[in-house]
Formats: sequence, structure tokens, C-alpha cells
Amino acid sequence: MTGYAPSLSPVFLIDLALLTMLMLVAIAMLRSRHLFAVVMLSGIYSLLSAAFFVSLDAVDVAFTEAAVGAGISTVLMLGGMLLTARREKPKRPGRAPVALAAVIVVGAALFYATIDMPAFGDASAPANADVGQQYVERTASEIPMPNIVTAVLASYRGFDTMGETMVIFTAGVAVMLLLGAGSARGGRDVSDVENKDEEA
Amino acid sequence: MMFAAVTAAVIAAMVLTLVRAFAGPSLYDRILAGNSFGTKTVILIGLMGFVTGRPDFLDIALLYALLNFASTIAILRFFSYRRSREEAA
Repeated sequence: MTGYAPSLSPVFLIDLALLTMLMLVAIAMLRSRHLFAVVMLSGIYSLLSAAFFVSLDAVDVAFTEAAVGAGISTVLMLGGMLLTARREKPKRPGRAPVALAAVIVVGAALFYATIDMPAFGDASAPANADVGQQYVERTASEIPMPNIVTAVLASYRGFDTMGETMVIFTAGVAVMLLLGAGSARGGRDVSDVENKDEEA
Repeated sequence: MMFAAVTAAVIAAMVLTLVRAFAGPSLYDRILAGNSFGTKTVILIGLMGFVTGRPDFLDIALLYALLNFASTIAILRFFSYRRSREEAA
């Protein structure tokens, strides 16, 4: 395998369609002022990127993306939306040219940086050559787990994963303490049909 | 070849669902668009396994179907819970 040569294979076409839809959803999210529409579109965005991760063989990442992005964060954002206005205030066009120039310069720099990156799936790339190769070779004999990713996360990097879990647990406890019992009161009925908008 | 044609059809259906999600106009149009888009993602992941000749992804597609169902229920429960609380108050 010499690298990722874009050809008109079915997988390439699926990737192309998924990425095009991702871009369309992102643009629609930027342009929409209905916050509920933005929440639903962000759920769709997560589903699309999960499908794209499956296409890249990163199944565990894809599952996390679907569970967290499309599931939990949609509900969390709906909860946040009930505590604020339903429509985003239109912004005055201010320093748009400066921001646009900054985005173009940074984007061009990032594209320039990709030239030096190893090809997709390159066996001699640093990410695949040293430690990754060891994991692939030794998991079967050292750890009785059929899935290499699970073996790396739960056994080779077990303490790391335990630390991460504690960080997430602490963050959850902190959010619950901050929101407290007060988060259950207030809020309002949600509908994004235009003329029922009494809050402006 | 058959799987490729079905995949193309599913992607076309996904684009149509996206149009509904973009245009709205009501809350329920968008919830339904999100749910139906999730279903199409499940089908697409299943098809992708067959297109690449590795149908192991079917398990993942099944899990996605469960997740999609649960998250739609969660969104809808969220509104009905909110509404019944306000009616009681």
C-alpha cells in the first residue's frame, strides 16, 4: 500500500458525500438564528461525523461521537436553551475583514502543514511504526482481549484511563453542584415557529 | 454493484432529510428530520460494511439504532415533561 490515492472507489464516494453533507450542515448551523434548529442540526452533524469515523475504521471514536454528540449533548443543549432566549440576536457586522483575514492565514498555514504529514495508512509513519507496531504484535500474547483498542485503553494505559474517568466524574459533580436544585425551575415552552415568538 | 446503488439511494434520501431539517418550519419537523437522519445513518453504516466487504459493522449499526431511538425519546420527553410541569403550576 503506497498511500491514500483518491480514486473513484465506492468508499471514496461515500466519504465525499458525508463530508459534503457535514459542510452543508455546518454552514446551515452558522446561518440559522433558531436555536432549536441549531441544536437538532448539531445532532445531525454528530451522526454524520460518526458515520465518517466508521468509514475511517475508528469505530470506538464513532460510537463515542454518536453517544455523546447526538445523544447527551443534544439533551444538554436543549436544557441550556430553555434557560435562555430561543433566537440568537443578529450581530452587527463589525471587524469581519480582520477575522476573515486571520482565518484565511491560519487555514493556509494548516494546509501548508499537511504537506509534511505522512500518507494515510503509511506503515512507516511515526504513529504506526514504533509503539503502535508493538501493540499490534504483543496484544494477542500479553492480554487476553480480542480488541487491540480496548487492550490499549483498559490495560496498557489503564492508569491513564482511570485518571480520565476521575476527571470526568469530578467535572460532572462540579456541574451538578453549580446548577443545583435551581436548574429545575424557570424555562419556557419551546417552539421555533416564527409568529409565536413573544420573547423577541 | 447492488450495494453501491442502494448506498447512493440512501445518501440521496439523507440529502432530502437534510433539506427538511434546514427548512423546518416547526419543531416537530426538525425532531422528525433528526430521527429519520439517524435511521439513515444506521442503514448507511450497515451498507458501508457490505460495500467494503466487511459486514462486521452490523453490530455497531444496531447499537446506533438503539441510541437513536433513546435520544429521540429523550428529546420528546423533555418537552412533554416541561409542558406538564407548566400546566400543573
